[in-house]
Amino acid sequence: MVSDYGPVAIFFVIVIGFAAVSLGLSRLLAPRNPSRVKGETYESGIEPTGEAQRRFDIRYYTIAMLFVLFDIEAIFLYPWAVTYDVLGWYGFVEMMLFIVLLLAAYAYAWRKGALDLG
Amino acid sequence: MELHSLLFLAFAAVALIAAVLVLLSRNPVHSVLFMLLTFVNVAAMFVLLQAEFIAVIQILVYSGAILVLFLFVVMLLAGGERPLPVLNQPLQARAAVIVGLVLVSELALVVLTSTVGGGRRGPDSPERIAAVGGNIEALGRQLYTTWLLPFEIASVLLLVAAVGAIYLAKEDL
Repeated sequence: MVSDYGPVAIFFVIVIGFAAVSLGLSRLLAPRNPSRVKGETYESGIEPTGEAQRRFDIRYYTIAMLFVLFDIEAIFLYPWAVTYDVLGWYGFVEMMLFIVLLLAAYAYAWRKGALDLG
Repeated sequence: MELHSLLFLAFAAVALIAAVLVLLSRNPVHSVLFMLLTFVNVAAMFVLLQAEFIAVIQILVYSGAILVLFLFVVMLLAGGERPLPVLNQPLQARAAVIVGLVLVSELALVVLTSTVGGGRRGPDSPERIAAVGGNIEALGRQLYTTWLLPFEIASVLLLVAAVGAIYLAKEDL
């Protein structure tokens, strides 16, 4: 039961420990002389313009929304895949129906250009 | 108290504190990050309740997808620190108090009238779930046979949601 998740707990301890040791050691050992240029936001080598927190295009929202939908679709695939041998062709047909209906959503998004960010 | 209950209480406490911090943070991005902390702790609680599949959904859908959606909404609104928006909307503040009181009284009613843990148990006992091979197997056997229609309706619902989101976001249809 709880003890089955012992490895997960060890994993968390190692992750937190690794992050703490890395940050702590670099704080202790690394030389520090901050300057204005070093403190600037790193933007892949290009000079940053404007603020980080500004309004984004609504088109990114549709992308996120579609991601949520297909994420939920993927969730339904897990129990289906696990019980596939029990359900057989019956399960195959019902899942195909489910996927085709969601493919219609995908086709609609594609046709309406919701996926173009150009 | 045994380890199981102790862990459950710890996760519940962190989830509640993070939920309160979602409301109190002035920076909306911080609110979203505290929401992530709430989701992860709720997932841990589901694991302790032996609802492993719901725990995985909690991580994949809520911490993954829903949180991304919230971040996008924060990015769509102009960012930056701001005062708590409810405080300068008197009508909203009053409505929030009323709705909050209704919800608290509902919750109190449920807690006071129900005997916790004394409800009618479903047919799937932990032993039966273990016999078919676990949580996900038991769910799959039920969902794709007995609950086939709700499952297929869910796909229609997702289709409608996709069309609605695209329709709302695009002005040049």
